[in-house]
Amino acid sequence: METLLEILEELHPDVDFENCETLIDDKILDSFDIVTLVGEISDEFDITIPVEEIVPKNFNSAKALYALIERLIEEE
Amino acid sequence: MQKNVLEYLENIINKVPDKTAYADDTTQITFKEAYNYSRSIGTYLYKQGHTKEPVVVFMGRSPNTIVAYFGVVYSGCYYVPIDEEMPRHRIELIFKDLSPSAVICDRETHASLESYGYNGNVYLYEDALQAEADEDILSSVRKKQLDIDPLYIVFTSGSTGMPKGVAACHRSVIDYIEGLCEILQINENTVFGNQTPLYVDACLKELYPTLKYGATAYIIPKSLFMFPLKLVAFLNEYKINTICWVVSALTMISAFGVLQKDPPKYLHTIAFGSEVFPIRQFNLWRKHLPDARFVNLYGPTEATGMCCYYEAVREFNPDEVIPIGKPFPNTEIILLNEDNQVPEQGGVGEICVRGTRLSLGYYNSFEKTREVFVQNPLNPCYPDLIYRTGDLGRYNEKGELLFVSRKDNQIKHMGHRIELGEIEAAANMHPGVKIACCIYDDRKNKIVLFYVGSVTTAEMAQFMKSKLPRYMVPNLLKNLDTMPLTTNGKIDRVALKSSVSK
Repeated sequence: METLLEILEELHPDVDFENCETLIDDKILDSFDIVTLVGEISDEFDITIPVEEIVPKNFNSAKALYALIERLIEEE
Repeated sequence: MQKNVLEYLENIINKVPDKTAYADDTTQITFKEAYNYSRSIGTYLYKQGHTKEPVVVFMGRSPNTIVAYFGVVYSGCYYVPIDEEMPRHRIELIFKDLSPSAVICDRETHASLESYGYNGNVYLYEDALQAEADEDILSSVRKKQLDIDPLYIVFTSGSTGMPKGVAACHRSVIDYIEGLCEILQINENTVFGNQTPLYVDACLKELYPTLKYGATAYIIPKSLFMFPLKLVAFLNEYKINTICWVVSALTMISAFGVLQKDPPKYLHTIAFGSEVFPIRQFNLWRKHLPDARFVNLYGPTEATGMCCYYEAVREFNPDEVIPIGKPFPNTEIILLNEDNQVPEQGGVGEICVRGTRLSLGYYNSFEKTREVFVQNPLNPCYPDLIYRTGDLGRYNEKGELLFVSRKDNQIKHMGHRIELGEIEAAANMHPGVKIACCIYDDRKNKIVLFYVGSVTTAEMAQFMKSKLPRYMVPNLLKNLDTMPLTTNGKIDRVALKSSVSK
C-alpha cells in the first residue's frame, strides 16, 4: 500500500489518497493519470492490468486500486 | 459564392430537417431544431443591442453549446467559448482581455459566473431560445456580415502567462471545411465521434462538416476517455464511423489491448494529430482495422484548424515518424531558414503558412500579431502575409513534409498546445516561490515543474490547479534547494531535463 500511495502522491501531492473514495466521481483523476497509473503499477508490482479491470470502481479509491493489485498478484 | 458558415445550416434543413445533427448521451438536436433555436437566439441577442461584437458562450460540453454558437453568429456577433474546465484565473484573464458586453450561459454555469466579477449582460440559453425569430432582423444582419468578419475567438496558451485570443473569419473557416471534407471524404452517412473540447478550434472538424452534408456528430463524454472498453462500446452503440482525435486518445485504446478484444466495428476514417503517433501503436490500429483510412493532420490555431495532411497508407518502421505530408487545397507551406531563405532540399526550416486560411490574428493585440503574421520575405512586390508557426520542418526524399521540433518552449501534451512559459509564470505568482522552471519529459510524457521556495508540493499542486487548466497542471513537482544555472547564469534546462529522464 505504501508503494501505491507514493505513486499516487507523486501525481497529485495535494490529494488525501488514504481517505478519498471519489477519485473518479469527483474528477480528481483524469485520463492522463489513468494511463500513467496503469504503467507505473505494472512496472512496480510486475503485473499486467487487463483492460476489463480498467473501470471506474477499481480507480475510485487507493483502497480499491490496492485490492485490484493484490487480486492480480494472487492470480499470477 | 458562400460567405457565411450559417449557409451550411440553411441549405441542409430542406434536405434532412428531422435528422439528428448533434447529440450526446442525454441530448439530441435535429437540423431543424438547430436552425430554429439559433435564429431565436440571434434575434434575442440583436434585440438586446448586440451585434458586431464578441459574445462569450459559457456552457458545458453539450449540443446546446453548438446551437448557442450559431445563435451568436445569427446576431451578427462572434462567439468566444469559455468552459468550466478553465480555472478561475484564466476565465478572469479572458474577461479582462475581451471586456465582453454579453455572456450566454446555461443554468449550471450561471451560478459560477456571478463570482467572476463580471458586470456585463448575462443571458440564459434557455431564455434566449424562447424568443421568436424575426426574419427582418436576421436578414438585415446577414446583409451587413462580410466573409472577412470574425466567426469566433478561441484562446490558446501564451508564453508570458497571458492567453492569446485567436480570431478567425467565415472565409477562413469555409476554406478549411471545404478542404477537410474532401480529404476525409465526408458525406451524409458520416457519423462523427467528437473527442475534443468545444472551446478549441479542433471541434470545427465536426461542427461544420456535419452541417454541410447533413451528417451526425456525437459528443463523447470526457469520462469515457479514461476507460477504453466503455469508450469502444460507445463508438459501437452509436455506429460512429469517423473520428478526429488526439493521438493519446487513440493509443489509450490500442495500448490496453482493446483492438484485439472488442474492436470498433463501424470506424472507417481515423484522423489524428497534434502529437507524434508511436509507430507500434499505429501499426496495431492498422492491423486490426485494415480497411480504415488513417489521416495525419497538422495545423496551428492561427491558420484555422488544420493546414497539412498525410494519408498513412504505407508501413512504417518503429524509428520513423508519420509525415505531416502536404498542404490542404488553396494553402501553401513555405519553409524558411534563419536567413529567411528556402533551405536546400532536405534542409530544416520554419514551417510558414500562406493562404485564405490565415486567421485574423490575436484579438486586441496588434503587437503580438505582427510578430508572427508577417510579410512573405520571398515577395517584395505587394502585401502577402504568412504565419510563422514556430515549428521546424523538413521534406523527406519522397517530398513529404516532416515535423522536426519546436523553435521555442511550446509543447504538445495530451493533444493540447502548451507554452511552458505560461506554467512558469503561474508558478512564479506564488509568493513563496523564488524561481521556477518547467520542462517536458518526452519519455514519460510528463510536465515537470522545478521550483525553489518554502512551499510544499501539496500546496504548490493546489495553487497550480487554481491558476491553470487541468491539462496544463504539472504532472510532477520537484522542490529544489537551488536551481541549476548555466555559466551564463540562465536556468540550466538541459540539466533539469536529464535529471528526470534518468
